[in-house]
Amino acid sequence: MDSQAAPLPRRDFLTLATTATAAVGVGAFAWPFLDSLRPAGTDVGRLPIDVDVSAMKPGQQIAIVWRGNPVFITRRTPAALAALKQPALAPRLRDAASSAHQQPPYAANWHRSLSPEYGVVVGVCTHLGCVPGYMPDASASIPIENWPGGYACPCHGSKFDLAGRVFKGAPAPYNLPVPPHHMMAPGTLRVGENPPGETFDFGDIVQI
Amino acid sequence: MAKNTDLHETRQTVTYTGVAGWIDRRLPVLTGFRAEYITYRMPANLNWLWNFGAILTVVLMVMLATGLFLAIHYTPSAADAFASVEAIDRQVPSGWLLRSIHMTGASLFMAALYIHLFRGLYYGSYKQPRELLWITGLVLLCMVMLTAFAGYVLPWGQMSYWGADVVGKAVGAVPGIGGWLEHFLQGGDAPGDVSLHRLFILHFFMAFAVLGVVVVHVAVLHVAGSGNPKGIEPPAATVPFHPYYSAKDAAGLVLFITVFAVLVFFFPAIVAEPENYRPANPMHTPADIEPEWYFLPFYGILQSVPSKFGGLVVSVGAIGLLFLAPWLDTSPVRSARYRPVYRLGIVGLVVAFVTLGLVGRHHAEGIWMIVGRIATLVYYGHFLLVMPWSTRRERTLPAGVEGTP
Ligand code: HEM
Ligand code: FES
Repeated sequence: MDSQAAPLPRRDFLTLATTATAAVGVGAFAWPFLDSLRPAGTDVGRLPIDVDVSAMKPGQQIAIVWRGNPVFITRRTPAALAALKQPALAPRLRDAASSAHQQPPYAANWHRSLSPEYGVVVGVCTHLGCVPGYMPDASASIPIENWPGGYACPCHGSKFDLAGRVFKGAPAPYNLPVPPHHMMAPGTLRVGENPPGETFDFGDIVQI
Repeated sequence: MAKNTDLHETRQTVTYTGVAGWIDRRLPVLTGFRAEYITYRMPANLNWLWNFGAILTVVLMVMLATGLFLAIHYTPSAADAFASVEAIDRQVPSGWLLRSIHMTGASLFMAALYIHLFRGLYYGSYKQPRELLWITGLVLLCMVMLTAFAGYVLPWGQMSYWGADVVGKAVGAVPGIGGWLEHFLQGGDAPGDVSLHRLFILHFFMAFAVLGVVVVHVAVLHVAGSGNPKGIEPPAATVPFHPYYSAKDAAGLVLFITVFAVLVFFFPAIVAEPENYRPANPMHTPADIEPEWYFLPFYGILQSVPSKFGGLVVSVGAIGLLFLAPWLDTSPVRSARYRPVYRLGIVGLVVAFVTLGLVGRHHAEGIWMIVGRIATLVYYGHFLLVMPWSTRRERTLPAGVEGTP
């Protein structure tokens, strides 16, 4: 490159224009590559699921998969419902009144579900995502003192009651999420769809 | 890399400072790049046929990138391969585009490779001191062919399956060990899950191995330097690589990419075989099975020879002969421009090559059988008769003589 004479600015301009064009071209070419990594076809995994709960015994839990996550459906015993209402339980919970947006409005109640008889929670610990184990029986000492029945996470010891409300003193910050659900017909629970007239969007919850 | 001081600028050394300097003093990548791609001396008289090496390099990058992203979505099993490729075309966002680029790219890669190869034959690029450059190039040709074949099997459509089957049977034609070898390579009695998995690994591995051999190819090139259309060495005038050939290579690339894009977006069907959009069916052979166009000349030879094993030998031999070119033709005059007989031979070679492609397409039936045999003789004749004969007897034209010893 001879640099003595005048046409330097012109050369600079050409170099700049060429480089810019090439950069735009490479950028545009990169698009389909990044685009191909975008998750596609997840809508199918998000369809509502009908669950036959007519044969469930009191105290029984069944697990289904919705949106790629486990959803626990429990049929609660009268004793379990009584335990949820004990006045001594509320002070041991982080969010006893379900004020954080972790459930549809129609489940922001003491049993965190549409009807008290059936519990529906996403079985993903709000700490780091392990699947909590189902420990429905009340106990004086296992897994913790005065256990009212609920869920215990195997990873870092978070505990939840039978309505999925998180206990204080363990790492998980929020109650277990409640998915949209309603009774399609007696004995058939539909998970993933709101009751008629409700507009809750599961994507809006604080954290799964 | 040994330095040829005529090619590698020794006067204009640059000292890098700061972080660049710190790195360069420990690993002279910047000095190296400057010496090989900026100040590097190139013959001033190269024509457009010298653009294809750069084009091949870029197409290789595009193939590696699109291939990598296709592999993310591909499933290498006989049960799922076809469906996974359909999903790439129909569900994966932009998957159709990546696949179309990869398929079109394969064809254009082979086209560019053939142009690059015949350029070398025409201008005598294989001659001393570039024999090793020539051989690394031919090794690349073989590796790319193998990669292309393996890739064609992956969608596990009808053509994929029967292509793999025919190649398996061809291996089986080797006397003595053929049957055993076919069974061993296929990993079973017929192409199946095991073969597909092996070919997937082969395709993936070969693609990157090609990149490694290209590095060697270019390293060897930079020792002797580029030849030139006149074949006069050293060339009468040289210019630095940058900006002269960086700009010329870029201009060639823009043209090439335009052709590429037109094919991808407007004529994707040119490189796609409809029959391969039916899933592999070992119970039914499609009516007209033929390989991709770039294998047709060799397929033509295969079918023109009236012996199963003989056809294989003559067909593979057509590539084997290329390796011998530097020793079959030792004429001191390089360029076909100044070699009337040699030039006639090479024109015949190219015509024979294209004709053999047509023969392959027509399954060497009827008159095509005769045409195929003649073309095969012309092809072989260029190497075995024209090259040695013209080395000794040819009256070359004066312009080429001035620069040769
Ligand atoms: C992956 C495939 C290949 C790549 C990326 C590649 C790359 C290159 C590049 C960048 C050049 C310098 C520019 C040019 O002269 O066009 C070159 C030169 C050359 N290549 Fe290749 N090449 C490939 C395959 C081949 C094949 C199949 C042959 C034939 C046997 C071959 C033989 C040569 C020769 C003889 C030269 C020097 C030509 C001369 O300057 O006279 N290459 N190659
Ligand atoms: S993931 Fe459940 S406690 Fe950490």
